[in-house]
Amino acid sequence: MKKRNLTAPAALLLLAALIAGCASVTKLGTQIGQGSGAITEEQATSINRSAEALEKTFADITPEQEHYIGRAVAATILQTYPAADEPAANAYLNELGQALAMASDRPQTFGGYHFLLLDSEEVNAFAAPGGLVLVTRGLVRCCGSEDALAAVLAHEIGHVQGKHGLRAIKKSRLTSALAVLSVEAARNLGDEDLKQLTADFEGSIMDVTQTLVNSGYARGLEKEADEAAVAILGRVGYDPRALVMMLVQMGESVKPGGPGFGRTHPSTGDRIGALDPSLADKRAMADPAARRARFTRAVGDV
Amino acid sequence: MRTMRRGLMLAAILVVGAVAWAAVQQMSVQVRTGQLRATPSHLGKVAAAVAYGDRLTVVQKQGAWYSVKDARGRAGWIHESALTTKRVVLKSGDADVAAGAGGDEIALAGKGFNEQVEGEYKAQNAEADYAWVDRMEAMVVTPEQAVAFLAAGEVVAKGGAQ
Repeated sequence: MKKRNLTAPAALLLLAALIAGCASVTKLGTQIGQGSGAITEEQATSINRSAEALEKTFADITPEQEHYIGRAVAATILQTYPAADEPAANAYLNELGQALAMASDRPQTFGGYHFLLLDSEEVNAFAAPGGLVLVTRGLVRCCGSEDALAAVLAHEIGHVQGKHGLRAIKKSRLTSALAVLSVEAARNLGDEDLKQLTADFEGSIMDVTQTLVNSGYARGLEKEADEAAVAILGRVGYDPRALVMMLVQMGESVKPGGPGFGRTHPSTGDRIGALDPSLADKRAMADPAARRARFTRAVGDV
Repeated sequence: MRTMRRGLMLAAILVVGAVAWAAVQQMSVQVRTGQLRATPSHLGKVAAAVAYGDRLTVVQKQGAWYSVKDARGRAGWIHESALTTKRVVLKSGDADVAAGAGGDEIALAGKGFNEQVEGEYKAQNAEADYAWVDRMEAMVVTPEQAVAFLAAGEVVAKGGAQ
């Protein structure tokens, strides 16, 4: 009797696993069907070509390709906003940023998260796809504490997590690029295909960079990034109210419509209004001496 | 009678078990280095690293974490962001690719926007500052260092780990 009580649930579990696995079995079946030797390789390629001509979206970009897009976007932004070669500040940004990214809904990207200080007075930050986060001197100066700086980085991680940068890429480019990819899957790229892919790549980098630097994201995506920041801060143990505190400080130093955040982001008042009202609670935040000391040491005089 | 019922049940379990085993879910690592952790948490100790394209067998799922085993028998928890249901094909000329298997089941590593395309882009955009991007990517903070950083700053998660 005892034995049956043990085995019946086990059988149920197995059955559940079987049902859960069914979807992938069907997929596998069509895959095998497609690949069964009834058609020549050439025919298979042409079938593939028409199938792949369907419209593609940002969700079809693999993390590896996102990585190369992110590198190019960051390299392009660094043309206009040069890097600040300050090892202590950059090491601190990376420790803090990594601790936050780990607790995000997307802790693992292809090349991981990396953070860099920009030598610019403008109040601004950029999240290149895949996790390359750039923050200006001007924005770090707006942060009165480690918690406030954590809020800034968590907001940028929120953009990476939501793949907001990739959404800026025009669908026609992705459709074109991913079609070349499927046709050339089994071979090395020919000159024509490489030219086409490079053109699609350049266009994609332009789309993302233009959005990050000039036009900004849609309001809804900013709200999503703010909400992601609140969640990340809470999970890690920073005070989520630091986001509101940081927005208030930014509101004081950024002119609406001026360069940087003022142009690419909704007004700080609107952003605070879109957040949970409890976050506007003005009671003092904890700022342990060790945390305050290392913040001052690392970025106190950027 | 009792023995027969037991026998039937055993047979049923064997059949279901065998089919379930065949349909066991396999997933692929879609990031350069995936972290296998001891517990399903961002604070869980990193037990092992898995590489891009590695096939992992899913044992169970809890929230955003999969309990998996790799081909070498190493087990641990890995975050869903590191995994894809597609099979990641590392080499061109792979049998499945040559057979024209659909793009929905397969992700081709090193294809599309890749190093070769980056090279072309660099050649045409000499001003793009890839030197600093490389320096940036060389700034690596391990999960252990990040945890130590939080502890040193007395940053304590209230609701426990994710």
